Amino acid sequence: MPDVLTYVLHFEGAFNKNSLGAVSEGAARAEEIGGQCHALVLGGDDLTDELCSSLGAYGATKVFRARGPEGLAQPVIDAMAKAIDDQGHGYALFGGGLLGFEIGAGLAARKQAGVTMEVTSVRAEDGKLVAERPILQDSQISVSRYRGDLGIIIGRINAFEVVSRDGGSAEVVDLDIEYSSWSTQASMVQRGEQRGADVDIEGADVLVAGGRGLGQAENFKLAEDLASAFGGNTAVAATRAVVDAGWYPYAAQIGQTGKTVAPKLYLAAGISGAIQHKVGMQSSENIVAINKDANAPIFEFSDLGIVGDLNKILPKLTEAIKDRKGS
Amino acid sequence: MKICVLVKEVPDAAVEKRIDPSTGRMDRSGEKNLNPYDTHAIEAAMQIREGGSVQVDEIVAVTMGPESAVRALHKSVSLGADRSLHLTDPALAGSDVAATGYALSKALEKEQPDLVLLGQQSDDGECYTIGAVVADHLKMPSLTQVIKMDVDGGSLRCERQAEYGYDTVQVELPAVISVGDAINEPRYPSLKAIMGAKKKPLETVSTGEVGIESGLVGEEGSRVQCGDFHDPPAKAPGQIIEDEDTNETVEKIVAWLDERKLI
Repeated sequence: MPDVLTYVLHFEGAFNKNSLGAVSEGAARAEEIGGQCHALVLGGDDLTDELCSSLGAYGATKVFRARGPEGLAQPVIDAMAKAIDDQGHGYALFGGGLLGFEIGAGLAARKQAGVTMEVTSVRAEDGKLVAERPILQDSQISVSRYRGDLGIIIGRINAFEVVSRDGGSAEVVDLDIEYSSWSTQASMVQRGEQRGADVDIEGADVLVAGGRGLGQAENFKLAEDLASAFGGNTAVAATRAVVDAGWYPYAAQIGQTGKTVAPKLYLAAGISGAIQHKVGMQSSENIVAINKDANAPIFEFSDLGIVGDLNKILPKLTEAIKDRKGS
Repeated sequence: MKICVLVKEVPDAAVEKRIDPSTGRMDRSGEKNLNPYDTHAIEAAMQIREGGSVQVDEIVAVTMGPESAVRALHKSVSLGADRSLHLTDPALAGSDVAATGYALSKALEKEQPDLVLLGQQSDDGECYTIGAVVADHLKMPSLTQVIKMDVDGGSLRCERQAEYGYDTVQVELPAVISVGDAINEPRYPSLKAIMGAKKKPLETVSTGEVGIESGLVGEEGSRVQCGDFHDPPAKAPGQIIEDEDTNETVEKIVAWLDERKLI
């Protein structure tokens, strides 16, 4: 069957941007192979008829609504497997993110389906969907073709653009799910806890970002000093590794499970440039990287790369910018 | 409690990785090492044992791969595993993620662990997904990217970063948990442990011995075929400055920023 099923994540009554991108992408590709795009949502009472049917504006024709615990993958696997059994979808599509990976992989196991993750592009070919995925640190593109009844496509974060259409209201169908015993053996104690100060990095024109190469939490001062030398609409951001280590607040995190930024200038200090980080900042207009490892992947996508010790370079750069501003 | 840690042999990070054009698979020849992310999973198992809140009877390293994969098992044992299980069979070659997860789950069924631990991703395939595949086959609850884990009676209290902040999740055992690299700092093996690693029990099993259906693994059993490898669109390489004289370097950076009106 040429229909595509997408999973749409929500939190506090709002849908996730990457999930909406998956709906847009699913709708566009399904049309090319003569099918429709459906969406599945799972949660509590905040999933109102109105909210669910609004997914029609992104191209979904039908929304399956299941009642169950939010924020965990395994209940969604049960619900998607049920929807696919009922409707015979040919593809399941995810917009990336942590839950998308877990649900897509678990669904592949449940339905004996092929799965491709980190997909950056989907296209129709002879009435089927084909997925492209960068591999080997993005140095090669691999093309996935599916066998069997179901193909699972997990997008890379920000790979699918959100496209809203005029009108479009989706039919809402309640799914009655009998959850697997193991799906109910994990329970959410606390969801979406913010740790550290609330900072705004998404609106900044200049971002100075720090990674593990800073060496210790105290060295974020070097990044903060440089940011304040630039003045104006400037902020300091961080990688996941240092946020998880407690060096910097979660609100400042860029990448896979953090924020996506596109400032005029992105200055990366002590960041190696893992894919999970790259997906959150690669649209920045100008990327400058300082790293002591000449082989760091970040140099492959920076516009200006400095191989050297940031402890020496950052303080002098801060002074030089201050002088330049003062003159 | 019995803990199984899934480990994998990957090409050494310093070796350039490539696709073998004749087979369309990753060229896995050359220097190999234990996937660095897996060392965090072994360390997590060791910390549960040493933490004392639950008695850990055994830590077993489990891998699937060709003969050379025993080196990853020896490394795992030197880091603290008590013994290892090696699933190896020519029939497994070419297995995709779903087939690999299925095969590993059959090997794990033989061990009946209370907890399966693994690293957040492999250094070569960049997959974050194998834990979820294994968990569904084993019918166990599962969580990935866990950065804090406490044993609490018959369950685990896990923390991880998800889309909207930090989540705390209570997971009943038995369970499959993939740990993030922020969970711990893996220890270095002692010389004695390295020397003794080859003497620890290592069992080798084939697909038939753990009840793997041959139609569900290998190239035939894989539902996704990868091919048409090609280069991504070329991006103009950026300018690189090697810092020798820092004052000069800083001047160059400022000039570069100035040119683009970024100051």
